[in-house]
Amino acid sequence: MKIKRIAEILDAEVILGQDSLDTEIETVCSSDLMSDLLHFSTRHKSLLITGLTNSQVVRTADIADIKAIVFVLNKRPDKDTVALAKEKNIALLVSPLSRFTACGKLYSEGLRSCVDENR
Amino acid sequence: MKTDEFRTKIEGSFHLVGGDFTKAGAASSELKSILTNLGISQDIVRRAAIATFEGEMNVIIHAIAGVMYYQVSHDLIKVVFEDMGPGIPDINKAMEEGYSTAPDWVREMGWGAGMGLPNMKKNADELRIDSVVGEGTTVEILIRIK
Repeated sequence: MKIKRIAEILDAEVILGQDSLDTEIETVCSSDLMSDLLHFSTRHKSLLITGLTNSQVVRTADIADIKAIVFVLNKRPDKDTVALAKEKNIALLVSPLSRFTACGKLYSEGLRSCVDENR
Repeated sequence: MKTDEFRTKIEGSFHLVGGDFTKAGAASSELKSILTNLGISQDIVRRAAIATFEGEMNVIIHAIAGVMYYQVSHDLIKVVFEDMGPGIPDINKAMEEGYSTAPDWVREMGWGAGMGLPNMKKNADELRIDSVVGEGTTVEILIRIK
């Protein structure tokens, strides 16, 4: 699913990455625990849904090959975090939805977890 | 440069400052770029990056300061962390998933879930930990390039 479609579904504003709107996303992870993301996520064109807005989220996304981050509940990252995401070529979206609703909407549209739950 | 073109070791180091979360992860991110530019496969680069990032975060969270050394040869990635930290009293306990001694302010940033060392073990081919309470910890990560 393209990032622009995800933005529509989540009623999200793309605050960084207008040039990557056509990037394909195949799996989604949602966590506020960075080590869980690093431990459980697999490398499959992933999107991260989180409530944390510090630069550590972008660092983690970079290390784990996550292509885009959705910040829920209209939370906005500071300019240092945005600058880091720009450097690392990671798209940033801000959605008014809660994490639960954001995940539910994307699941019902066919996206699945980046965690291999059968491991 | 591609994998088969480098035969001599590539090495370097980064200084890490405890508590400096603005730069936390920068060293691992740079090493990830270096490994990618060497043409090493993405899965191996990702494993090395995750193990290194967790090691870097451990130094930032727990120690006053530390150094991260890396060495890459045609068949092996080696990353060593040496820190001036509190040391680990019980390494077996520290290896347990979910066990953490990180303070609350670190948890609020999304760290300290007790998955750091387990994550390093999962992604490394070999993990060696040597620690002296009150002096510091040395962690060595080896990842083979197949």
